[in-house]
Amino acid sequence: MDPAQPNTRTPLSVGVRGSDRPLLARHVRLTFCRTRRRRILMRPETVMVPNGSGADILELCDGRHTVDQIVAELGARYRTVPADEVRRYLTRLVDRRWVEVTDG
Amino acid sequence: MDSPLGLLAELTYRCPLGCAYCSNPLNLADYQDELNTEQWRRVLAEASDLGVLQCHLSGGEPLLRRDLVEIVADANDLGLYTNLVTSALGLSRSRAEQLRTAGLDHVQISIQSDEPAGSDRIAGTPSFQRKVEAMGVVKELGWPLTVNVVLHRHNIDRVAGVLELAESVGADRVELANTQYYGWAWRNRAALLPSRAQLETAEVVVRAARERLRNRMDIIYVVSDYYGRYPKPCMGGWASRQLTVTPNGDVLPCPAAQPLPLPRASVRVDSLERIWADSPVMTAFRGTDWMPEPCRSCRRREVDFGGCRCQAFQLTGDAARTDPACHLSPDHELVVRAVEAANSGSTGGDRPMSPRPHRVR
Repeated sequence: MDPAQPNTRTPLSVGVRGSDRPLLARHVRLTFCRTRRRRILMRPETVMVPNGSGADILELCDGRHTVDQIVAELGARYRTVPADEVRRYLTRLVDRRWVEVTDG
Repeated sequence: MDSPLGLLAELTYRCPLGCAYCSNPLNLADYQDELNTEQWRRVLAEASDLGVLQCHLSGGEPLLRRDLVEIVADANDLGLYTNLVTSALGLSRSRAEQLRTAGLDHVQISIQSDEPAGSDRIAGTPSFQRKVEAMGVVKELGWPLTVNVVLHRHNIDRVAGVLELAESVGADRVELANTQYYGWAWRNRAALLPSRAQLETAEVVVRAARERLRNRMDIIYVVSDYYGRYPKPCMGGWASRQLTVTPNGDVLPCPAAQPLPLPRASVRVDSLERIWADSPVMTAFRGTDWMPEPCRSCRRREVDFGGCRCQAFQLTGDAARTDPACHLSPDHELVVRAVEAANSGSTGGDRPMSPRPHRVR
């Protein structure tokens, strides 16, 4: 889904649940770069350039949408993005602590 | 040519600490004529136009700039991600609150060891206690905190304690960076370079801590290139992703490039855009065309970009040679000899070490 996907050198811990509400971590910011005309995820020392669907997922990590809602939304926008892949992507983001989740 | 992603804004070389591993240039007095607030405002705007997304406010000690809050606010207004790289001396609660309000995104605080006596000795001034207090303030205000420790012969044996300290203050990231030998660190290399046994012991501790703290704290470990087989990659390629503006307005691909014999480029006389695109200091080693053998035909030429140009210059007098840290470099012997000396048995304590002066004069 993403060329610069969070690397998985650490084994995945726990998957995200449907009722979790992901929120971008405090030290992470998603921005639109007008020079590159791309959405970019910024962290203290690095930047990551997600692809379109990756950036859509990150944008929905607002602490309001649940994982299930994000999966449904992505399914509606991109017929080719399977639900499992969205969940795996979110799990990787949580594992790397770029996204935090609150339950319920 | 790509757009740069990051700007290292070195606001001042003045510093309350006097660390012997400092990478600031030796000729500190040449940087007393600092850019003013208005000039920094223009630099930030030009950087943003050029595509810069992240602004690292560094020094010296950036908190010594009375206009730091204004500079942060300007960077924040431009949408830049702002990162304060600080000793934390001068980070009072009220100053911290002002910076928070101005939009500062992230704080990186250095510490020199895990306990007061050792840390203060390396810093050259009583500072440990104030640093730990400032770390607490940073967390209280809800900032992400990176604790940074430069590792060398005199503190690398304390790495377990350093990790415990970082954990106890609630750091989100800890950066354990083996000394890079530029500026004052280069002058003090013989006293700072650790032994192989010291490094190996530290790396075992770091690996275990990484596993234990996997979901709580990121541990970044910057290896010692003197002990590696391959050199460190040059900033993702010379003048490819980053640029540095020094306190007096000089523009460089990285701060270590200051001694290289290239024509000066300054924001006082030219725009950042023109400097990035056309100035010799940026174009000299951009890409791979400049490369000599063995880099030119090396499979890793776009992995490590021939290593560090500044280190090549420092060790051989020629910035266009392969970084001698690479085991394939014809000059590798220069690094091997330094490593042999560091492992020759005598401790580093008896080797002379000159702390950098606090002031630029």
